[in-house]
Amino acid sequence: MLLVPCPNCGPRNSADLTYRGEASARPNPATTTPKEWRDYLYSEDNPAGWLKETWYCSSGCRRFFAVERHTVTSEFREPPLPGSKTPKPLGDVGGRAVVGDASELEGEQ
Amino acid sequence: MIGTNRGPRYSGAGLLWRGLRKSNWPRVWRDTPLKKSYDVVVVGGGVHGLATAYYLAANHGITNVAVLDKAYLGSGGSGRNTAIVRSNYLTPEGVAFYDRSLALYKSMSADLNLNVMFSERGHLTLAHTDSAVRTMRWRAEVNKLQNIDSSVIGPDEIKKIAPSLDTSPHTRYPILAALYHPPGGTIRHDAVVWAYARAADAYGVDLHQKTEVIDIECAGGSNPDGKGEGAKVTGVKTSKGDISARVVVNCTAGWAGLIAGMAGLKLPITTHPLQAAVTEPVKVFLPTVVVSGSLHVYVSQTDRGELVFGASVDPFATYDMGGTLDFTEELAGHVLELMPAVSKMRLLRQWAGLCDITPDYSPVMGFTPVEGFFCDVGWGTYGFKAGPVSGEQMAKCVADQATPELIAPFALSRFEHGMLVGEKGAAAVGH
Ligand SMILES: Cc1cc2nc3c(=O)[nH]c(=O)nc-3n(C[C@H](O)[C@H](O)[C@H](O)COP(=O)(O)OP(=O)(O)OC[C@H]3O[C@@H](n4cnc5c(N)ncnc54)[C@H](O)[C@@H]3O)c2cc1C
Ligand SMILES: [Zn+2]
Repeated sequence: MLLVPCPNCGPRNSADLTYRGEASARPNPATTTPKEWRDYLYSEDNPAGWLKETWYCSSGCRRFFAVERHTVTSEFREPPLPGSKTPKPLGDVGGRAVVGDASELEGEQ
Repeated sequence: MIGTNRGPRYSGAGLLWRGLRKSNWPRVWRDTPLKKSYDVVVVGGGVHGLATAYYLAANHGITNVAVLDKAYLGSGGSGRNTAIVRSNYLTPEGVAFYDRSLALYKSMSADLNLNVMFSERGHLTLAHTDSAVRTMRWRAEVNKLQNIDSSVIGPDEIKKIAPSLDTSPHTRYPILAALYHPPGGTIRHDAVVWAYARAADAYGVDLHQKTEVIDIECAGGSNPDGKGEGAKVTGVKTSKGDISARVVVNCTAGWAGLIAGMAGLKLPITTHPLQAAVTEPVKVFLPTVVVSGSLHVYVSQTDRGELVFGASVDPFATYDMGGTLDFTEELAGHVLELMPAVSKMRLLRQWAGLCDITPDYSPVMGFTPVEGFFCDVGWGTYGFKAGPVSGEQMAKCVADQATPELIAPFALSRFEHGMLVGEKGAAAVGH
């Protein structure tokens, strides 16, 4: 279970929310080039590290919000405020509750 | 088709002979030092990377090849999957491609002299809604046109094939019909990895485990660091030293975006974990592979008697392979809906592997805007069955420096041209 920190509802199971993917700025449709538009539609940073992403609190308050998540450790932090570079830690409000560590197991036939 | 005579041929007589003499088996593949330069460097020692290396050597005589893996061979999806193979896809492009793979799998034990335990037990995809029935019919028609044994059957026939399924009309999600594909089945995935590794090694391909690629060296690209569009690959940096190479093939599945990033490219791929689980062994009662898209579950019984389950990928991008209780809870609910009789069985363990998901559920294969940098990625949750044909075609692509017809629909450039190959209807939870 991944606990996602909704700014309104607090930490909620990710199953209560809808993942909307990487938060990237949409180019202006009036001035964008086809290449820029395709990149916006399909190309992904997909980093192994901090990722700014959008969630929709679909079973809760129905708010869209951006948050930063570490895609290896599953920690959350708030995106930096405009004009500041340092992100704000969220403390104990999110992350992944894991049953056992499956990462060392081999597959099954 | 083992190339040279390194190592013994495997056979029943050989087993008996060695058993009687109590002589040890030699190492299956060599442990060689990293060379300063290779003609081709394959990144990723899963079934795709190993098959590519093998076919480069076997079909095209290119043997100065290294396969690099940051962990051990088969440590990625290739050693974690639920080993289901089939060719009843939805698009004509997909069907032709997976059918070739199944043909290669069929003769693999003989071709590579290692028993991969192909069990052609049949594959049922259940339909619980009218729209699912419609998709099954569509798939059956596409399949038949390409001579694939695939048909839609009703609940009575389903019950005859798999009596443990609850086909009564009173369930929450009644089984209305199924797409039945007799040539589908399972193969032992580790054996496939070892068979390609052993055969590639016999041709002189170097297999380097615990060798992580940390950067790809390029020159002449449009990015400030010389990478990206228009660049040429000159080599790779690894945790064990630098290699010069003009051809690098990216076969890293869940890590594909990171490797592409090292060449200055972005891919239309996000990484999601797919979880699976296995029960304690019981007597054999489930003769076929059963898949239910609507219930997000698929199940087969191993030769040892365990039930192996899979589901859909975790719905957010992550490299975190921790198992979750959400998964087992949902899985158990759905399995009991299909097969109420297994309610007393216990799960032994669960695990996850990383999957590289594309927007159209089709792979990304062949050339990229960086010269010498090839991709065989985007294999998502369905790439095990595609291993042999992908290796064969990627080797051809690299050797001929031209895109083979069979993989042309899967080029990275399809996203530029809006020519997506929508396989979601056959691959999303399909296996
Ligand atoms: C639980 C589960 C069930 C599945 N079930 C099925 C199924 O039933 N049928 C089916 O067809 N498919 C299935 N799949 C999908 C299938 O397993 C994969 O698509 C397939 O194994 C991909 O093979 P590959 O060789 O491309 O990559 P992998 O086997 O994932 O290999 C990639 C390798 O790259 C290595 N690597 C990564 N980064 C680096 C680096 N920087 N340097 C060096 N090496 C690196 C990794 O260590 C890894 O060994 C399943 C997947 C999972 C996780
Ligand atoms: Zn909320």
